[in-house]
Amino acid sequence: MWDWGAFFHYLHSAYLLKGAGISLALSVGAMIIGLFCGTGAALMRRSRYRLLREPASFYVWLFRGTPVLVQLIIIYTGLPQLGIKLGVISSALIGLGVNEGAYLAEIIRAGISAVPRGQFEAARAIGMTRTTTMRVVVMPQALRIIIPPLGNAFNGLMKTSSLASVISMEELLRRTELLIQVQFKVLEIFIVAALYYLLLTTLWGFVQQRLEAHFSRSVRASDLSRRRTPQILTIDSALTHDAT
Amino acid sequence: MVEAVGIHKHFGDHHVLRGIDLTVQKGEVVVIVGPSGSGKSTFLRSLNHLDPPDQGWIRIDGDLLGFRQGNQGMIAVSDVVLSRQRQHIGMVFQQFNLFSHMTALQNVMSGPLQVLRSDKATAEAEALRQLALVGLEGKAASYPEQLSGGQQQRVAIARALAMHPKVMLFDEPTSSLDPEMVAEVLQVMLALARQGMTMIIVTHEIQFANKAADRILFVDEGLIVEQGTPADLIANPHNERTQKFLSLVMGRGET
Repeated sequence: MWDWGAFFHYLHSAYLLKGAGISLALSVGAMIIGLFCGTGAALMRRSRYRLLREPASFYVWLFRGTPVLVQLIIIYTGLPQLGIKLGVISSALIGLGVNEGAYLAEIIRAGISAVPRGQFEAARAIGMTRTTTMRVVVMPQALRIIIPPLGNAFNGLMKTSSLASVISMEELLRRTELLIQVQFKVLEIFIVAALYYLLLTTLWGFVQQRLEAHFSRSVRASDLSRRRTPQILTIDSALTHDAT
Repeated sequence: MVEAVGIHKHFGDHHVLRGIDLTVQKGEVVVIVGPSGSGKSTFLRSLNHLDPPDQGWIRIDGDLLGFRQGNQGMIAVSDVVLSRQRQHIGMVFQQFNLFSHMTALQNVMSGPLQVLRSDKATAEAEALRQLALVGLEGKAASYPEQLSGGQQQRVAIARALAMHPKVMLFDEPTSSLDPEMVAEVLQVMLALARQGMTMIIVTHEIQFANKAADRILFVDEGLIVEQGTPADLIANPHNERTQKFLSLVMGRGET
C-alpha cells in the first residue's frame, strides 16, 4: 500500500534534504576537479611532444574504458593495500572528478579543434606566445562551443554522484538507503529521493539555459562564420559524435 | 630590412621552396606573383616562421629570425623569443582572420594590450587612431561578422599596424573579396606604401603591382624565375613562363 502520509512526511525531511545538498556539493567539487583534469588533458593531447600527448591519451582511454563504479571501489577499497588511504569524501571527489575529467577532456578538445586555424595564426603573427594565444584568442572561442555539452555533463554527473553511496559516502542515495533500513517505507522514500534528483537537474536546467543564452550572441556570430568556413562543420560533427 | 637566404621548404615529399634568396630594403615594396601552387604564399609565411623554413635563414633588420648562433651551429629560439621577433613583422591574411569574439576595436587593441603590455587607455587610443587611418573609426564597436569583407580586411591591416611593425607581409589580401571591395583595400595598401612602409605582398592584382611596387618577383615551382621593376617585368618579361602567366592574369590573351 502507498502511504501518502509517509510520502509527504519524508518530502520535507531535513535528513534527506541535507543528503541532496551533499550530492550537489559532491557534484560541484567533482566537476571542478574534472575541469582541471579535462583542460589539462585536452591541452596535453594537442601538444607537439609525445611525452605529453601519450600520458593524456592513456588517462582518457583508461578512465573512459572502465566503469566509474569500479574506479570508486578501487580508490576507496583497493588503494589502502598500497598504503594510500583516502577518506570517503576524498575518494568520492577524486574518483568522480578524475573520471569526469576524462570525458570533459574530449569535449574541451573538440571545442578547441573547432576554432579555425586562422585564429591561431593571426594571434601568432601579432606576436602572441602560445600561452597568450590560447588564453586570449582560442579559449574564449572554444568556450562558447563547449558550454552546452559541459552543461549536459554536469547534469549527468549529479546523477552519477549517487554511485558514491557504494563507498558509504553519505549523499542522497546513501541516506535514502539508511532511512529505509529503519523506516521500511521503501517506495515512498525512494520516490522522494528520485524527486530530489529531479529537482537538482531541473534547477540546473534553468541555470544552463541562462548560461547558453548569455553566450548565444557570440554563438550566433559563429553561426555566420560557420557558413563561410567549412572546417567548423566537420569538427562540430566530431562533437556530436562524441556526445553519442 | 628583410634578408632571406637559401630558403627551402618541404611538405612531405613535396619540395615547395627550392632555394629562394630575397633582400628587401627599408621602405621597399616588393610584390610576388606566380601561379597558384608556386610556393609564393609559403615563402611569405616562412618570413615570419608561420611555416618555418627547413633550410636557409631569415634576418629582419639584422636580427636572425627563429634561430640563434650556438657553439655547434644554429639553435632554435624559444617560443617567447620568436614571438618577440614576430612583433616586428605584421601580417595580413587572405581570410582576414579577425578574432571573431572581439569587436574591431578589441581586435586592433589585442596586440598592444597582450603583447606590448600597453595600458588600456594607450592601447585604445592607438587602436582608434589606426582604425581612423583605414577609414573605419565608425566601426570600432562592430564584430567581424557585422563587417563586409573589405572592412574586415582593413581592420586586419589596422591590427597589424598597431604593433608598429618594421615590415608588413600581405598574403593575397584581396583574393577572397568581392570585386567591389578590392579597391578599398588596395587603396589602404597603396597609401601605406607611399608612407614608406616596407611591404612584401603576394597578389594577383597586376595593376596594383604596377602602381605600388618597386620590384616584382615572379615565382614558379619554388624559385624566383624573374624579377625587375614593374615597367621591366610587366612590359618586357624575358622568361617564357612569366610571359604566359602575365598574359593570363592580365586577360590579354597571347601576345
